[in-house]
Amino acid sequence: MDFHQLWTIVSTPDNVPIVLLLFLVPFYTWYGMRQAFANDRLIAELEANPEMAKTHHRKTQPYKTGWAKEVHVWPYLLRIEFLAAIIVTVILMVWSITLNAPLEEPSNPTLTMNPSKAPWYFLGLQEMLVYFDPWMAGVVMPSLIIVGLMVIPYIDTNPLGNGYYTYKQRKFSILTFIFGFIVLWVSMIVIGTLIRGPGWMWFWPGTTWDHNRLIFEVNRDLPDIFGITTRVPKIIFGAIVVGLYLVAAGIGIHKLITKTAFNRRIYARMSVLQYVVMQTFLIIMLALPVKILARLMFRIKYIWVTPWFNI
Amino acid sequence: MADTNGQPEKPVDTGSPAAGNGSGNGPGNGSSAVAKVLADAKAVRARATEELKETIKAPEKTDVWKSILRVKHDETPRSRALGVLSNVFLHLHPAKINRDAVAYKYTWGMGGMTFYVYITLVFTGTLLMFYYHPSKIIAFRDILYLESDVPFGKLLRNMHRWGAHLMVIMVELHMFRVFLTGSYKKPREFNWVVGVLLLVLTLLLSFTGYLLPDDQLGFWAVTVGTNMARATPLLGHAGPFGPQLGMTPFNDVRFGLLGGSIVDSNALLRAYIWHCVAIPILASAFMVVHFWRVRKDGGISGPAPMMLEREIKDVRKI
Ligand code: HEM
Repeated sequence: MDFHQLWTIVSTPDNVPIVLLLFLVPFYTWYGMRQAFANDRLIAELEANPEMAKTHHRKTQPYKTGWAKEVHVWPYLLRIEFLAAIIVTVILMVWSITLNAPLEEPSNPTLTMNPSKAPWYFLGLQEMLVYFDPWMAGVVMPSLIIVGLMVIPYIDTNPLGNGYYTYKQRKFSILTFIFGFIVLWVSMIVIGTLIRGPGWMWFWPGTTWDHNRLIFEVNRDLPDIFGITTRVPKIIFGAIVVGLYLVAAGIGIHKLITKTAFNRRIYARMSVLQYVVMQTFLIIMLALPVKILARLMFRIKYIWVTPWFNI
Repeated sequence: MADTNGQPEKPVDTGSPAAGNGSGNGPGNGSSAVAKVLADAKAVRARATEELKETIKAPEKTDVWKSILRVKHDETPRSRALGVLSNVFLHLHPAKINRDAVAYKYTWGMGGMTFYVYITLVFTGTLLMFYYHPSKIIAFRDILYLESDVPFGKLLRNMHRWGAHLMVIMVELHMFRVFLTGSYKKPREFNWVVGVLLLVLTLLLSFTGYLLPDDQLGFWAVTVGTNMARATPLLGHAGPFGPQLGMTPFNDVRFGLLGGSIVDSNALLRAYIWHCVAIPILASAFMVVHFWRVRKDGGISGPAPMMLEREIKDVRKI
């Protein structure tokens, strides 16, 4: 164990937000899911008891008949906002007094920083550079993430769970979002910040960053494994493999979204366009872990090699 | 000027020699004038004290106060509502809201706190602009100067830096909360889209600010970041089909972003303008739309009564 190295990484001022993230994201996930499960219990009760469903107020919030449904913004909301503002100010002040913003040497194009890292919120994308070419990791993926987020409201045809926490009624969408947000976004940021060292090599927490370490990794392209060496067959072979993936993933996802009776009901509400858009984004999203696994398990660099682009 | 200044003293001037000359002839004449003036002064003073006391006791009755606040504020529900509705900063709030919507555990307060952090960033950022020149060599020295010589300069820079990080964290958690509560569903679909744009703008704000100290950290981060732009399909000189379309390092998107083929003084100036002018304006505009839509879409989405599976209405099929 090299505690000094560990401390250097964790206490680097710009890494502190990630350490914070490491606590905040699990906390709020727990905080939200706890309410979701509480609501789910109430939903189960209401579903079992139609009489109760008619009369019950259907909220886990404390509520008594006779209480006003609405409260004045002044003071009931504004005082909370005021308090929140004070607390945030105090946190920001204390943070700023105790920790100095980093300032390195003046910029010098001739002196490369190693590792040279993007700001932390883009480290997920930088981490993807290990597995994909820059045009994918740096341009296509961010664009797809943005557009993919934007279409969520238009492809989620499940009317349940609008305005309250629930897991049971929205299993598929919640698991998908948690997969995208926590597994693919936050954990990649954490890896990029805390684990990637010089040469963007993997250093487990506690090991020393060895600037002279070399890893002899032979990554092969998939066509080469199959002994295809000439250009045109490579292009065709890659296209076939990618096509196979698209079909397989599409079928798998379709199975998943029509698995339970409830899921089939939601599926029946979708228009063709909604379905196609949803499939497209889910297939592409699933391609990330697939490619990562292909690299980690079989040392595959590219699957589809063409003169213009490689995937 | 001199004339008008002298004028009020005139009666006093003529009065005092008269009083001095005829002290034996008519003492009543001169001293009565003085006494009258003194009595008047006393009355004026008494009135002024009275008015001042009243103003202090009830400042809300003065014309100045009324002109600023426009409505009476007293302990009535109507007045409380008006206090919110007739205030330009508060009128985005409704007068009354669902009692459950104020529960912290529902919204986590993340949207509101994001906005508050944004305001502190605008404030500290404006102060920082007083000490910063967006040009090579000087920019870095400005930061050193800010940290060592400007009163509270270091605190100012730290607050701006950590505030930016905090805003990114909070906006992501806000999005997470909105997702978990299903608040993007009807009728709030579009506000979610506006929110995604705000997320992108927040990240861009943070990213463009990273270069401004012009140190190794920012320089290489922005180099790494913008190097990806040269791999843009079609529009970058190292991207798929870029070269075929005639892209070179001197005419592709990266060149457009940096104002050159390397991260240099033009890139610094561009980052500065995006960071301090363009993106804040865009982000503010979208925030206005965002808040407006929260209101127009019926306020905060919940905690809403739960809907049961059997209550789903079937959609009309074409
Ligand atoms: C600069 C960034 C942002 C600011 C300042 C902001 C601010 C707010 C505020 C103050 C609210 C009121 C409720 C609350 O506090 O939770 C709100 C609601 C909402 N926000 Fe944001 N937001 C931002 C970004 C986003 C993002 C990234 C998304 C989603 C992708 C989003 C989607 C929504 C939606 C759908 C609502 C309505 C929620 C409801 O009714 O429960 N916002 N936002």
